[in-house]
Amino acid sequence: MSKAISAQGLVKSFGDVKALNGIDLEVEQGSVVGLLGPNGSGKTTIVRILTTLLRADSGTASVGGFDVQSQPDDVRSVIGLTGQYAAVDQYLTGRENLELFGRLFHLSKRDAATRADELLERFSLSDAADRGIKGYSGGMRRRLDLAASLIGRPSVLFLDEPTTGLDPRSRQGMWDVIQSLVAEGTTVLLTTQYLEEADQLASSIVVLDHGNVIAKGTSDELKNQVGGDRIELVVSNAADSLRAATVLAPFSSGQATVDEDAKRILVPVAGGSNAIVDAIRALDEASIAITDIALRRPTLDDVFLSLTGRITEEDQAPKAPKSGRRSRRGGN
Amino acid sequence: MSTKTRPLLGWFIADTLAVARRHILKITRVPETLFFALIQPVMFVLLFAFVFGGAIKGFPGGAQDYRAYLISGIFAQTVMFAVAGITVGITEDASKGIMDRFRSLPMRQSAVLAGHTLASLAQNTLVIIALSITGLAVGWRIRGSATDAILAYVLLATFAYAVTWLGAWIGLHMPNPEVAGTAGLAWIFPLTFASNVFTPVATMPGWLQPIALWNPVSCLALACRQLFGNPNPFVGNSFPERHAMALSFGWAAVLLAIFVPLAVRSFKTRNAGGQA
Repeated sequence: MSKAISAQGLVKSFGDVKALNGIDLEVEQGSVVGLLGPNGSGKTTIVRILTTLLRADSGTASVGGFDVQSQPDDVRSVIGLTGQYAAVDQYLTGRENLELFGRLFHLSKRDAATRADELLERFSLSDAADRGIKGYSGGMRRRLDLAASLIGRPSVLFLDEPTTGLDPRSRQGMWDVIQSLVAEGTTVLLTTQYLEEADQLASSIVVLDHGNVIAKGTSDELKNQVGGDRIELVVSNAADSLRAATVLAPFSSGQATVDEDAKRILVPVAGGSNAIVDAIRALDEASIAITDIALRRPTLDDVFLSLTGRITEEDQAPKAPKSGRRSRRGGN
Repeated sequence: MSTKTRPLLGWFIADTLAVARRHILKITRVPETLFFALIQPVMFVLLFAFVFGGAIKGFPGGAQDYRAYLISGIFAQTVMFAVAGITVGITEDASKGIMDRFRSLPMRQSAVLAGHTLASLAQNTLVIIALSITGLAVGWRIRGSATDAILAYVLLATFAYAVTWLGAWIGLHMPNPEVAGTAGLAWIFPLTFASNVFTPVATMPGWLQPIALWNPVSCLALACRQLFGNPNPFVGNSFPERHAMALSFGWAAVLLAIFVPLAVRSFKTRNAGGQA
């Protein structure tokens, strides 16, 4: 059996801008691969090429064993696509939308209606099924959009930033739904700007930058490269900085970084939330007053910092003058 | 559950009808769309018949005949304005991502545009009916034969259908619905006013007359006047005036021959959403 998705040497330019610089990608049947990268890294371009919406300048790609350029109709019959915007008609009801897409997927009228019912039920939209989409919340629209992409029971599902713009609760809801699809054996290629999301959903992650693949691996492999979780601590008195680092050394999984001027200490830890409880207790016993303490998870910025030596371009911050380290935005 | 098998033409028709149904449902959900599409030509009739009609002293037969003359002109103008609605509709679909969804489905791609233009035709048919009723109310009558009258309505519908393909093509090249709203209308005003819609061509300056005579809107309005048997003063013996109906069908055929393939090609190769 061939790979669910296979691409070799994909190149795409938009005018002078080179969006893809020769991308190779292999996705096994039933696996979930996350494309991780900042805006402009080429994630969406890859998805658009693989879903037949865009032609690559060069390179080849196949989805479900069909070539995206020479067999677009066959590709379209095995894929589902959920883009960055809820691609549904806001003047139609949820049910009408699903039936429309079912008909266009060439289901019979009765099958389209049955399938619409199933999906509305599954995505907890039955109560809102006969209301116009205009009255749906952002989370409901995204769920309907995902439902629409599942009309034809796709074997390969493309999710382009499926939770961008959603509140945390709706995001968790989307994650649950995606995880249940994966459990049923659907192959998923998803793009995201959030390491946390890739971590939750994807079995392997491909990191993109300026149209190049700069890293591949499982989420653990990437995190180890970045250095995993760390405790970020701010002490009340600058004089306590070094002593705090010493007190926390037993819980640390690596070299602590101390910035005396900012009274800030960064300690890599392995124990997650247990580590922070131990740390607070130890600091208290040593009578070190703290103004702030937090457990930081690695973010896309951290991955980028460790892979490229710079943070994602959009939020490029100036170098911290004294310490020589780059300042970073808070975790998300 | 399995997908059905059918010959390609069968799928094209089925897909077209499914898409058309979507747009017709949309009209029923937002009745304002239809209301304003109806109110605009009716306003034009009332404005020109009663506000300007009195001032048009030189018109043979007076205000009564001017109104009968005017209605066919407004028919032609209304058919042109049909472009604006579909231009905005197509751009809106493209900006919302629903077009990408259509393009990622195993449907006949050209059915997306065929269905949209078919729904527009249904809407424009309603508008033409409403306009006919308004015309009857202000004194317009069908004086020609029933066959000619039917031919006039077929011509109007064909022309309306042809211009919506032009509108679809424009819509596929507009960056957003706001721009599409103005772009769809900008070129229609000069086209409908530099024509015989409101005033006979013979009253225009000499340099403008050939342009106004060959203007597709003039051909259409003149053909309707001839077929409906309406007053047609100052009409000359030039080629476009002698062959108004044939030319109008010709214009419609040219529009379809150019813009159906162009619009379908733009749709298939478009790169909505751009990069990133």
